[in-house]
Amino acid sequence: MLQDRYSLAFTLYPYQRSADQDSAAPVHHPVVIMGGGPIGIATALDLGLQGIPVVVLDDHEGAGVGSRAICFSKRTLEIAHRYGFSEPLLDKGVVWNLGKVFHRDSKVYEFNLLPESGHRFPAFINMQQPYFEKYQVDRVRQAQAEGAPIDLRGKNRVQSVEVHDDHVDLTIETPEGPYQISTDWLIGCDGASSPLRKMLNLDFEGRVFQDSFLIADIKMEAEFPTERWFWFEPSFKNSGASALLHKQPDGVWRIDFQIGWNVDRQEELKEENVRRRLKAMLGDKIDFELVWTSIYTFQCRRMKSFRHGRVLFAGDSAHQVSPFGARGANSGLQDVDNLGWKLGMVVRGTAPDRLLDSYNEERVFAADENILNSTRSTDFITPKSKLSHLFRNAVLDLAANHSFARQMVNSGRLSAPCTYDGLSLNSPDKLPDAPARTRPGATCPDAPVGDGYLLDHLGGGFTLLALGTEIPESVTIDGIGLTCLSLPTDADQSLAARYLGAAPSAVYLIRPDQHVAARWPTFDETEITAALRKACAKGN
Amino acid sequence: MTQLITTPNIPDADGFYAELIALHDGLTDDESAALNARLILLLCNHIGDRAVLAQAMAQAIAAHTNRDQK
Ligand SMILES: Cc1cc2nc3c(=O)[nH]c(=O)nc-3n(C[C@H](O)[C@H](O)[C@H](O)COP(=O)(O)OP(=O)(O)OC[C@H]3O[C@@H](n4cnc5c(N)ncnc54)[C@H](O)[C@@H]3O)c2cc1C
Repeated sequence: MLQDRYSLAFTLYPYQRSADQDSAAPVHHPVVIMGGGPIGIATALDLGLQGIPVVVLDDHEGAGVGSRAICFSKRTLEIAHRYGFSEPLLDKGVVWNLGKVFHRDSKVYEFNLLPESGHRFPAFINMQQPYFEKYQVDRVRQAQAEGAPIDLRGKNRVQSVEVHDDHVDLTIETPEGPYQISTDWLIGCDGASSPLRKMLNLDFEGRVFQDSFLIADIKMEAEFPTERWFWFEPSFKNSGASALLHKQPDGVWRIDFQIGWNVDRQEELKEENVRRRLKAMLGDKIDFELVWTSIYTFQCRRMKSFRHGRVLFAGDSAHQVSPFGARGANSGLQDVDNLGWKLGMVVRGTAPDRLLDSYNEERVFAADENILNSTRSTDFITPKSKLSHLFRNAVLDLAANHSFARQMVNSGRLSAPCTYDGLSLNSPDKLPDAPARTRPGATCPDAPVGDGYLLDHLGGGFTLLALGTEIPESVTIDGIGLTCLSLPTDADQSLAARYLGAAPSAVYLIRPDQHVAARWPTFDETEITAALRKACAKGN
Repeated sequence: MTQLITTPNIPDADGFYAELIALHDGLTDDESAALNARLILLLCNHIGDRAVLAQAMAQAIAAHTNRDQK
């Protein structure tokens, strides 16, 4: 009955009989998460650490084999830090900052991702996705021991759902037969081919790109530095129309070859054929061992709406992008960052149900930004007409000598968190002299504070941050307690540069996901009350 | 807003035109097309003003549409 669709790199949540399976009537839960991939587990952590009981159902027992997502962004590390599992990520991950772009044999240009100091985390780390998932679940185990009400159920396949106005009924298949539960909220984190989406007959539209990529993870002793190397039309012609080389932990290198649309997958995946491509690239002298290979094609698409009443979608089930730019897993984690506090408030009854509509509004906005960026990269990397190919190469030919053309070279615009400009939870910017990067809607940039960093103090609940002006020691509005944080501005320059700019003083209202909701020159309780209500979708 | 100049602006128009055509001497069609693309990119960057570039694109495509209607 329950056949695996993939084999596991790590067994993380082996099947165990749950008491729900022996209950005469279906047991009811406040939140059920369908899918225990990186996005489902992150959602469980966010809610569980808030004390909200969550059940995660996954039809496998852990992380699937294959490196898949390998580039984890600074924002992802910041979110992981808030959930308490950034340390193993940093310990294991390979830090890289330098990227080089080649056209045929010559280097077109290079970029450095870390132009700014004063952040706890590097711009990116590389790590095989199964490690990421393992560290997440390790954190879940630790949180459970500390009392977080998280229940992970492996080999629990959601077979069917029935959505009602005020709850959802689920039928679940297990190795010991089916059982039923019900929930107030169902979160669909069941991946790109989401069975939940299909059960509810929901759309998932966008563009299919007619190209395929061969991924090979190889182990080798080689002199390549820890950098991202990208080739357009590499001179090692027999390997692909473009190639990408990236370092991972354990001496493993990820190589991606663009191999065209009409390929025979089985033929291409034969070891001798993969080796032929690799040899064309690496030469005969370098010895390597194949760790994992896969062929992928991709689409840029999203659901029209991420909320359908009591059902919310997050991660790949809601949106899919091309891999250029590392926007898959990273954007999914930003979904969770956004959804967690909102659902938490709705479940606790401190915010109205329509706060969840803002999840849809903000994350659809972000998905469109990600899709736009990744579509543009894809069009540049795999030009689909003769003319587009011609201009692409004109850019590359000019880039070697002209900086204006370098900025057009698009081998992937790497994932950056979205600023929710103009969306409904923001209040108008009352501090226009302060830097644009910290305007309402933006994520708070990190900065050194004392022995640690600013972001250590933000998140979880709402925060009032004061710089160069007084605020009360505690503020409670509508029963919501704000954390009041008053910081000196002379201790570190980056804090003032990022939050004050030309403004002499500032008060920021910061959301639980570390996004700015509003800012003013000084404390004004009436304004803050209005902004907090707006940020919680209350009022009017 | 700066307007796209569509009135005479290049001194010695005939000389310029001859130079442009001569640039393509000996090139295949594909090479010529690539040369044009590089030229366009250099010129667009020099202009820089997105509004002016948009007007130029609109005028260029309009001439194409007009021709089709003739
Ligand atoms: C071959 C490949 C290469 C990739 N390369 C990259 C890359 O280079 N860079 C990048 O950023 N991203 C890459 N990705 C995408 C990245 O892996 C995803 O963005 C990420 O895994 C999304 O996480 P998720 O939790 O939303 O979904 P998933 O990781 O797909 O997790 C979904 C989970 O739901 C479970 N599930 C499904 N149906 C049911 C059901 N009926 N009941 C219970 N559970 C169910 C699944 O078993 C799975 O555990 C790649 C993906 C693949 C497959």
